[in-house]
Order: sequence, then C-alpha cells, then structure tokens
Amino acid sequence: MSVLVYINSNGEKIAKNALEAVNYGKKIGEVTVVTNGKASDSSLAELGKYGASKVLIDRSFEGIDEQQVTRMVATAVESTGAETIIFSNDLVGKAVAPRLSVKINAGLVAGATAVPESNGTIAVNVFSGKAFGYVKVNTDKRIISLLPNSIQVEEVGGEASVEEFSGNAGESVITIKDTKMPEGDIPLPEAELVVSAGRGLKGPENWGIVEDLAKELGAATACSRPVADTGWRPHHEHVGQTGVAIRPNLYIAAGISGAIQHLAGVNGSKVIVVINTDEEAPFFKAADYGVVGDAFEVLPRLTEAVKKFKASN
Amino acid sequence: MKILVCISKAPETTTKIAFTDGDTKFDENGVKYIVNPYDEWYALVRGLELKEANGGTVTTVTVGTSEDDATIRKALAIGADDAVRIDAKAEDAYQVATEIANYAKKEGFDLVLLGKETIDYNGSQVGGMLAEHLDLPFISLASKLDVDGSTATLDKEIVGGVQTVETNLPLVVSCAKGMAEQRIPNMRGIMAARSKPLKVVEASNPNKNTSFEKYALPAPKSEVKLIDPEDMDQLVELLHNEAKVI
Ligand SMILES: Cc1cc2nc3c(=O)[nH]c(=O)nc-3n(C[C@H](O)[C@H](O)[C@H](O)COP(=O)(O)OP(=O)(O)OC[C@H]3O[C@@H](n4cnc5c(N)ncnc54)[C@H](O)[C@@H]3O)c2cc1C
Ligand SMILES: Nc1ncnc2c1ncn2[C@@H]1O[C@H](COP(=O)(O)O)[C@@H](O)[C@H]1O
Repeated sequence: MSVLVYINSNGEKIAKNALEAVNYGKKIGEVTVVTNGKASDSSLAELGKYGASKVLIDRSFEGIDEQQVTRMVATAVESTGAETIIFSNDLVGKAVAPRLSVKINAGLVAGATAVPESNGTIAVNVFSGKAFGYVKVNTDKRIISLLPNSIQVEEVGGEASVEEFSGNAGESVITIKDTKMPEGDIPLPEAELVVSAGRGLKGPENWGIVEDLAKELGAATACSRPVADTGWRPHHEHVGQTGVAIRPNLYIAAGISGAIQHLAGVNGSKVIVVINTDEEAPFFKAADYGVVGDAFEVLPRLTEAVKKFKASN
Repeated sequence: MKILVCISKAPETTTKIAFTDGDTKFDENGVKYIVNPYDEWYALVRGLELKEANGGTVTTVTVGTSEDDATIRKALAIGADDAVRIDAKAEDAYQVATEIANYAKKEGFDLVLLGKETIDYNGSQVGGMLAEHLDLPFISLASKLDVDGSTATLDKEIVGGVQTVETNLPLVVSCAKGMAEQRIPNMRGIMAARSKPLKVVEASNPNKNTSFEKYALPAPKSEVKLIDPEDMDQLVELLHNEAKVI
C-alpha cells in the first residue's frame, strides 16, 4: 500500500513526532514523505532510517500556512496515488489534516494511538483520555493523524531518495507579525519529563523548589488550573481537560489533588509520581509512585537525590 | 460584523464514562450535558466582546437534536442574539462541518468562531474542515483575536511559542484559553433567552466519513507504590531501574 506522510521540517532538527509519523507509516506500507521549507537534503535522506523510501521537498515556500500546506499535500496525494495519508497530530497536523480531509474527501482519524487493528478500525483517545474509541473510515482514502508519544521510534532502514517537488501551494494570505519563543524553556507538549505543582504550593513565591527539580531533571514545568487562573503561573503551563493535554514519560505532581479534570490532561503519561500531604488525595489512585509528605521538604530532597544520581552515573 | 459561533454540547466534566450495547455506545444514562467549555468560555464570549466593541450580531449554530436545545438556550442566556439548530444527530466531524458550511454559505458571515475541541471526542476537526469547505483561512488555537475594519490580528499557539498573525476577514478561528474570560449568565439573560429566536433548519444529510465501532476503558492502574518521604534516593533508583524513565 502506498502511504504518504507529511512532516514539518522547518525546525533546525527534524522533530521526534515527525519521525514517529514516518515510522508509523512504514508499519502500514511503502512510505513517501512530503515536506516544504529549507531542510538540507542530507537530513531528509536520513528519514530513510525511520522508514521513508522517498522524500518530496517543495522549496518554494517556508511557512506553515495551513492552506498552502493542504494544497501541497493534496498535489502529492495525486502524484503518488497514496491511499493512506499520515500526519502527526501536532499543532500543524491539527489544522491541515481536517482541511485535506475535505479537499480530497478522505475520512480522518484524528489522534490515533496505535496502528490499525486487523479489522481496519483505529484506536483514538476519547473523553479526554478516559476511554478509547475504535474508528472506522468509510471512504476509499483515509487520513490518520498520530498522537505524539504514542509509538516508540525505531530505526528500520537506510537512506531515502530526495526529490524536488512542486506542490502548487499558491500564495499565503496570512502575514506573520511576530514570533515569541520563550528562551530556554522546554515546550510542554514535547517534554518527556514534566514537574507540575498545584495549590498545595501555597503561592507563586514558592515555585523555586519546583523549578530546581525541573532544571536538575531537564524537565518542563506545568501546573493545575487554579494556579494558572490566579496568575501564579503562565497560562500555557495549565494542564488538564481545559488546558494542554500531555503524554510525557514521567509526570511528577506535587500539591495537586488529582481532580478528574486535571487527570484528563495527564493520564496518558507513562509514569506518574504524586507528592501530597493527604494520603486520601484522589491523585494517588492514578499514580505509579506515591509520596505522602510535605512538598516543601520532599521536592528539595528529590532534587538532591537526582543530583547525586547524576553525579554517580 | 456578522459573527457565527459553533456551539456543541459535551458531558459535564466529572461524568463517569461507561458504555452500553456491547461497548458500542456511550452510556448516556444520568449524564448531564453542558455547553462545551471552549465554545462557551472562549468562542462565544470573544464573539460577544467583538460585537460589543464593533457592533453587529452573534448567531450560534449547533448540529443536533431537540435534546440540545437546553445547552443552546444557555448560550443565548450568555448573550448571543439568536440561535440556529441544524436538525440532525451529530455523529461525525465531516458531517457536522458540512452541515455548518452549507448554512454559513447561504447566510454569509464575517467571522466564524469555534472551540479548540470538543471534550468528548477531542477531534479538533470541525474548524479546519469548515474552513476548507468555505475556502477561507483557518487560524487554529488562537488565544487572542482583534478586528480592525476587515483586518484580523491573532495570537496563535505554535510549537514552543506564540505567533502573532494578520489576515483579512472573512475568517474561521478556533479559540483556546486566553481568548476571553468565562461569563456567568445572570437572571435577566436567562429570562431574555427564553424569548430569543432558536430557529430549527432542515439538515442536508451529507455522508459520514467515519464511525465509532467500539469503545474500551483503559486497564485499571495497578496499586500505587508508596515511597518513604525521607528516602528520595529510593524513588530515583526506582524511576531509573524499574520505570526506566530517567
Ligand atoms: C469545567 C471544568 C474544567 C476544569 N479543567 C481543569 C483543568 O484542565 N486542569 C486542572 O488542573 N483543573 C481543572 N479544573 C479544576 C479541577 O476541578 C480542580 O479544582 C483543580 O484541578 C484543583 O487544583 P489543585 O489540585 O491545584 O488544588 P486543590 O484541589 O486545592 O489541591 C491541593 C492539594 O495540595 C495538597 N497539599 C496541600 N499542602 C501541601 C503540601 N505542603 N505538600 C504537598 N501537598 C499539599 C492538598 O492535600 C490537596 O490535595 C476544572 C474544573 C471544571 C469545573
Ligand atoms: N455538533 C456540533 N454543532 C456545532 N458545532 C460543533 C459541533 N461539534 C463540534 N462543533 C464545533 O467544533 C469545535 C471543534 O470540535 P471537534 O472537531 O469535535 O473537536 C467545537 O469546539 C465546536 O465549536
């Protein structure tokens, strides 16, 4: 089966979720990758390692205007005859995949968490991670957008051939005025390790112990909703049903009770550590490791322990 | 300015999730529905603020059955001028987007606002599909939206940061946190909502491109392992050797 994978290659380095999408495509069929921008031929050829046979690159535009990207991918669908089109369900995928779905009349499975089942249905998270649903596609062509961090990236091949491609992307009607990238921060949706804290920390002046641990681990920081709502922490750190949904390898939660709306954003984490003074806190039911104790003592102690561990490894 | 806000209903956020009919249907028994928080808190309220600043109208549209009327009235109580319900059970994002597009094409709107996603099926699909049907730009996950004449300026989330972009109306926008603050309807609003127009229009019944065949609940977590709060070396050791995450 012919599979087309769109990746965003505009960053300096091809992101992990792009490699996941290529890898996922390879599990379904013969993979052609389509991308745009200025990535070097050699870094694109490297995609062969993750399962791409061929890479089509449109160098006529750099941005991620979703209308342009949609036109380019539609052109590539046409020229490759692909029946399955894969995106990462990241910010770009979320905007482009639905557009493409209408443009080429292909059913979309948004946020797939696994390869298709033998009956062709595909698992997705529903009810904010509280359940799985199995989606059937009723059209000839199908689009799958893969939830980041759902599959383990493996090296499966050699080099891909790289070809210049004209995707007839047209003009952009969107002007970029400003781009703000907070320096030094690890973007939360991509972080593999996350240290998070809630109202149990009592006030914004106490976040130093959270940041110290995050820094020592190389983790991103997050918080519960009331903490963001009262302005203790910036809005983009708010995780949960109405904030960001994350799936890191490790989620450490200190002074968070574990309300169902909070869990909805973090229950995809591989391992959860909960630190709370109240042994009855609901979060312990969702945790792998629990520490019944005062965050003001436990967090600095944990930071010291990580330091010691790093020094001896 | 003519503003359209897409409103969907969602199970109340603490709803216990269960399935019936051999795990093929969501068990609606005893489930309370609310307006999808993103639609209510962000899309609708920002729409109302823009109307208050620039004049115009705010219409809500919902693809749903008469069971959705209570949530639609809530949107009217918060301040929308009128509401439209396209009479069909919403089962698929393509179906919903196509219904709304058919209605919006007839009416012509300057701005179409949606929530970032529905909290039940979490698809984040309808906005992009609708924009493609209407052949309009779609700004997704916007946290700020200002309109000056026919120019819109928006902040949108990008990987690792925020981007400020400018484009012209008409436009489709999906709204995320930051866009506006939740508004609690007051008694006057609730009374007024009863007499505001809720027009029911016939569905055009497009194809459903996808269907949910089955559901499953995740395997229950095994018992939490409790660690002595004095002994964080043990936690680090377990995270390294047992969980293998550091
Ligand atoms: C529609 C809706 C959507 C929502 N969406 C979200 C969402 O997306 N994300 C979200 O997080 N919430 C969300 N909420 C709010 C949610 O219901 C909870 O109110 C919130 O998560 C509680 O935050 P918290 O755990 O920080 O605070 P609290 O519930 O006040 O918990 C504080 C915890 O800290 C512990 N503690 C106190 N002192 C210490 C100490 N010294 N050391 C260690 N532990 C200590 C306490 O035992 C307690 O368990 C939503 C609510 C609604 C109604
Ligand atoms: N049945 C519906 N009727 C009207 N608008 C809807 C409906 N379903 C979804 N929407 C809108 O589309 C947005 C994204 O939904 P989804 O693609 O399902 O995540 C929601 O936040 C709503 O604004």
